Amino acid sequence: MSLIEIVGLSHKYGERTVLRNINVGIEKGEIFALIGPTGSGKTTLLRLIDLLEVPTAGRIYFDSVDITALGRMKLEARRRMAFVLQKPVVFNISIYDNIAYGLKWREKSRGEIRERVDYLLEVVGLSAVRYKNARTLSGGEAQRVAIARALAVEPEVLLLDEPTANLDPISTSRIEQLITHIIQQYETTIVMATHDMSQGQRLADRIGVMVNGEIIQIGDPRQVFNAPQNRQVAEFVGVENIVDGVIISNEEGVATIDVGGNIIEAISSYNVGERVCACIRPEDITLALSKSPSSARNSFTGGVVKVVSIGPLARVEMDCGFSLVALVTKKSAEELNLENGKSVCASFKATGVHVIRRD
Amino acid sequence: MISMTAAVLASLICLPLASLIHFNHFLGKRIVINIIQTLFSLPTVVVGLFIFVLFSRAGPLGGVNIMFTPTLMVIGQAVLITPILLGLIISALGGVDKAIVDTAISLGASGPQVAMAVIREARYAVMAAIIMGFGRAISEVGLAIMVGGNIKGFTRVLTTAISLETSKGELELSIALGIILISIALIVNTALNRIQQR
Repeated sequence: MSLIEIVGLSHKYGERTVLRNINVGIEKGEIFALIGPTGSGKTTLLRLIDLLEVPTAGRIYFDSVDITALGRMKLEARRRMAFVLQKPVVFNISIYDNIAYGLKWREKSRGEIRERVDYLLEVVGLSAVRYKNARTLSGGEAQRVAIARALAVEPEVLLLDEPTANLDPISTSRIEQLITHIIQQYETTIVMATHDMSQGQRLADRIGVMVNGEIIQIGDPRQVFNAPQNRQVAEFVGVENIVDGVIISNEEGVATIDVGGNIIEAISSYNVGERVCACIRPEDITLALSKSPSSARNSFTGGVVKVVSIGPLARVEMDCGFSLVALVTKKSAEELNLENGKSVCASFKATGVHVIRRD
Repeated sequence: MISMTAAVLASLICLPLASLIHFNHFLGKRIVINIIQTLFSLPTVVVGLFIFVLFSRAGPLGGVNIMFTPTLMVIGQAVLITPILLGLIISALGGVDKAIVDTAISLGASGPQVAMAVIREARYAVMAAIIMGFGRAISEVGLAIMVGGNIKGFTRVLTTAISLETSKGELELSIALGIILISIALIVNTALNRIQQR
């Protein structure tokens, strides 16, 4: 059995079902990321694991013990976990006392507390301001205090609920560095919720995609990112081109998909007549001014509808019978002189198309 | 001195009681809180009468023999300000963010430890509540006269002295005592404001 084994877990707030039949096992030492849009039930799942709430139905086994049925023994199980909430919460006392709180509650000796807190203050880079009231800190600093406070009690399981939501990029990267440090230094099992797909990819060993209270796909980040199981997952992991079509032929794994008059070739084992979606990541599409003989099987000419720059990249929307979005570097966008109405040729490989069945 | 002792006594009763009411969910909790809030405006003479009946020689607690002593005045004032203290402390605890409670629980705090952490969070509002109670105790006159008896050098307090001197026609003395009383109220209120600004 896994360290945390969740079986048939469901939860309701009044009449509203927030979790539906969750089944997942989280291994010891694993970094498991729950990703999904806001309101998909990630926080509720973490709260249930941390015993802050009792589930409507189902069981949660922690180290082979059903913690949902513990009653008075709850405190013992809870003391093996720590939970960092999405909103940085600090007590209205000094930074030092904040980090020491969990240890005081466990009645550790003064010396032990000082040693541990001093070390963690160093780790989160707040040694110099240790006696300042924690309420005076910025959001990012407060979240660092919250993580240090959770680490102080040396939890076997660390639950992180969107630890970098609402933080600026610099604070976010500091928190991520801190999490990476934890992963390298301790054998802590981490369950983290995030709505940031790329954060999940950077930090997690495995990802569970949650939509509407259900985990609809579990896999390693590559798998979830490159081969989403259905349209919802595909949309969430950033596949911008999802084109509906029907398979009209399949020769040795190379399927021809009819997408409203146009033909896309893709690697797929689905049979002729199957209604499918062709998913193409925008970064897998290359743009050129004219059709060039290349290994890409799919090539479409169309007019540019919109060009938006995103950092070093340019997001190009075009219409080639169906709408297609491509991500190219700003430099190549300039070289191609992309502007609205300009005719360009978009091409992508058959292996760059992920085919999923439509329900 | 009497009012201060009464405020301390009432806080010792109200802090645990308010925590009990705040942290436990029970049937009729809303009603209990409503009753407490209604008792905010408890007339001092009614409390005076109640204490008088209870402790007068013929009353159920007459045997204790503390009628017309400062001790009974302390008890009376403590009873008087208990609803205010209780109500204000409950709302002070209620003003603490739910996330603070969740964080304490998730850090492995036991029930009493969570309660202590929340009281610590609400400490400024709790102190403000105690000072409010003290203010009510020091400014009342009905109870002090009824159960204290306004005995010179023993149970005479500022308010009862003012009441007596006024009826004797010693207006200058009354006004002087009134100024002292208002000064105390001013000091208390200044302290209250400073605490609330933190």
